[in-house]
Amino acid sequence: MMSCKALAALLALAGMTVPVLGHAADDVASLRSELQALKDEYKTRVDALEQRITQLESAPVGALAEAPPAPQPTPAMGSSGGTGTAFNPAVSLILSGNYSHIDQDPETWRIGGFLPSDGEVGPGERSFNLGESELTLSSNVDPYFSAQMTAALSAENEVEVEEAFFRTLALPDGFTAKGGRFFSGFGYLNEVHSHAWDFADQPLVYQAFFGGQFKQDGLQVKWLAPTDLFIELGAETGNGSGFPATRRNRNGFNGATLFAHVGGDYGDATSWRAGAAYLDQRAEDRSFETVDEFDLPLTDAFTGKSRTWVVDGVLKWTPIGDPNRRQLKLQGEYMQRRETGLLAFDTAGSNLTDDYRTTQSGWYLQGVYQFLPRWRAGLRYDSLDSGTPHIGLVESGELPLSAFPLLLPADPDRISIMLDWNPSEFSRLRAQFDWDDARGADDRDRALRLQYIYGIGAHGAHKF
Amino acid sequence: MFSFIRSALALCILAAALPAHAALKVLATTSDWGALANEIGGDQVNVYTATSALQDVHRVDAKPSLVARARTADLVVATGAELEIGWLPVLIQESGNSRIQPGSPGYFEAASVLSLVEKPERFDRSLGDIHPQGNPHVQLDPRNIALVAKALSERLSQLDGAHAQYFQQRAKDFDTRWQAAIKRWESEAAPLRGKPVVVMHRDQTYLCQWLGLQQVAAIEPKPGMPPTAGYLGQLVTKLTASPPRVIMLNAYNDPKAANWLSDRVHAPTVVLPFSVGGTPEAKDLFGLFDDTLNRLLAVLK
Repeated sequence: MMSCKALAALLALAGMTVPVLGHAADDVASLRSELQALKDEYKTRVDALEQRITQLESAPVGALAEAPPAPQPTPAMGSSGGTGTAFNPAVSLILSGNYSHIDQDPETWRIGGFLPSDGEVGPGERSFNLGESELTLSSNVDPYFSAQMTAALSAENEVEVEEAFFRTLALPDGFTAKGGRFFSGFGYLNEVHSHAWDFADQPLVYQAFFGGQFKQDGLQVKWLAPTDLFIELGAETGNGSGFPATRRNRNGFNGATLFAHVGGDYGDATSWRAGAAYLDQRAEDRSFETVDEFDLPLTDAFTGKSRTWVVDGVLKWTPIGDPNRRQLKLQGEYMQRRETGLLAFDTAGSNLTDDYRTTQSGWYLQGVYQFLPRWRAGLRYDSLDSGTPHIGLVESGELPLSAFPLLLPADPDRISIMLDWNPSEFSRLRAQFDWDDARGADDRDRALRLQYIYGIGAHGAHKF
Repeated sequence: MFSFIRSALALCILAAALPAHAALKVLATTSDWGALANEIGGDQVNVYTATSALQDVHRVDAKPSLVARARTADLVVATGAELEIGWLPVLIQESGNSRIQPGSPGYFEAASVLSLVEKPERFDRSLGDIHPQGNPHVQLDPRNIALVAKALSERLSQLDGAHAQYFQQRAKDFDTRWQAAIKRWESEAAPLRGKPVVVMHRDQTYLCQWLGLQQVAAIEPKPGMPPTAGYLGQLVTKLTASPPRVIMLNAYNDPKAANWLSDRVHAPTVVLPFSVGGTPEAKDLFGLFDDTLNRLLAVLK
């Protein structure tokens, strides 16, 4: 407003000085009239501005809100927002690491009575360790498919394609199909990525039965019932590249997995989900390194059928609605496996083969309590029963039982406690202590792990 | 295996053969959008609300019961602007329901018809839980509700053309009552203008801007970050010099930090419903604003 007046004055001054330089009186007269016209015009403008300001100042509450909502609605795009809107995939990177203090030599760690599952098992190494760095890219491909890849960069500088799959978006009637490499959908923890675990490692039963988590290259079909009760049925098949199966250099499917989940709410505060699964798998020359009765290293191998039952359940109790203030999460899973087939002794040497049968089982139960915003405490109990295997080579008297030290019956167990602090949704610091009887009841190991997990990039969304 | 597939197929065929419900199934992420869908949709919609006013909508579990509701929904009504990013994408992905995928007519975001405030200049999580598209807590400015109501009625008409007239009529009727209510609220709220207040989180910004309340401080040092003892100490020093008239809390907030501060700076706290159902009086959208104003006027007049 002031600047308008100043401008007018300047113009007026200019108008006064310029004509003085002129010589004709006519010019002066015409310039004067132009100046008058200019003055009038600015006066009207300034008056209008002043009037508007007065109006606004006396307006009712609301008319002068600092940022009123735009009155003209923009067309509804139904955008999912933020990430992915510029055709770029959502990118997220998880960094983790730990400091471990382990009483016994981790090299000697094994689960008594169970064949090695050659996965990411055991308490890890001593001192400082970089964990797996997980890089995930995900995006919709087109209206029909979405795609996601997670690459795990190990501390040993290796890159592993942890998951890489497509998923359908537009199948009718509650069907979804998924193909590629992915964690199988059975159970509760199998599908959960390591950064979202409530403890620093998987329960012993997952380590013994699936080498941590079961995945293969294959195909999954899921169907969700159109009911208020959550009912999900799923079927998978694949190439059998994950323990306890092996690839078999044959065309067609290798093994089948069927699973079902049911879930719902109980009152306002409690939600639950329960499930059952059956895995029918085949192994061919599934070899493992061991020693014989003279402690000499050799390789044995199993060929046959592996059938596993899994029962899982999870319950969350959120007394005041906000899971960040207080929440109790209870979960447990039970697995039982029957393996029947042939066991080969010393495949590179004497290569004796006879029949083999075993029934093994295991379970865990854990509770995690969010007792304050940011703070959680947890308790987990693991228990395994190796059973007593039927080993043809031993029963025929060809070899002594001590030739199979890994198969000596055992019932390993473990107790773990943890405390974690979550400064935000993207960071977690955790302490975990294990009383670990995995080797056997009279061979206790103690391990302390201090762990960090950080997530950067796209905001993750987690399943129940 | 084959008998399993057979029975699964049989179940699907049975499900498909069930008579289709006349009413549109709406899954609303918050009680406010649920209430609005009922206002516009009347008896032609069947609304299920995913969260209650006592929950922080940013942090919700993707519960199996919600996945089941997403499976059968014809329309998802969400806030958008990443408010529900931690759980809604999982529901939609797990639902196996192609009708509600983002970009489909069955997916509606309120934020898509509003202009949001507090768009961050820098996308950096060291600034706290920020939303790149702006502040998503839009429901506490009734003028936003009016805009969303209009867009929602258009969406409902698009999905159920047979009842388009019904939805438009209800939307018109709602708008008449709503505009009258806004006038009434604005004149009732005149004494609140310019009053200094402390908020908990930046989710009352739209309310403060609408009513002309002066937001002098937030108890959260950064969005989504709970206050530390040191920060609360600084707040006490700052607020003792220029005391606020009231500390505003939402029904879902933990009142501890606010009560602590209230004792030290001698300002009362007031618990506001924040969403439909947050207080017994906030039974519907009209009740939400009636009660919010009543509670503010009771301490600020």
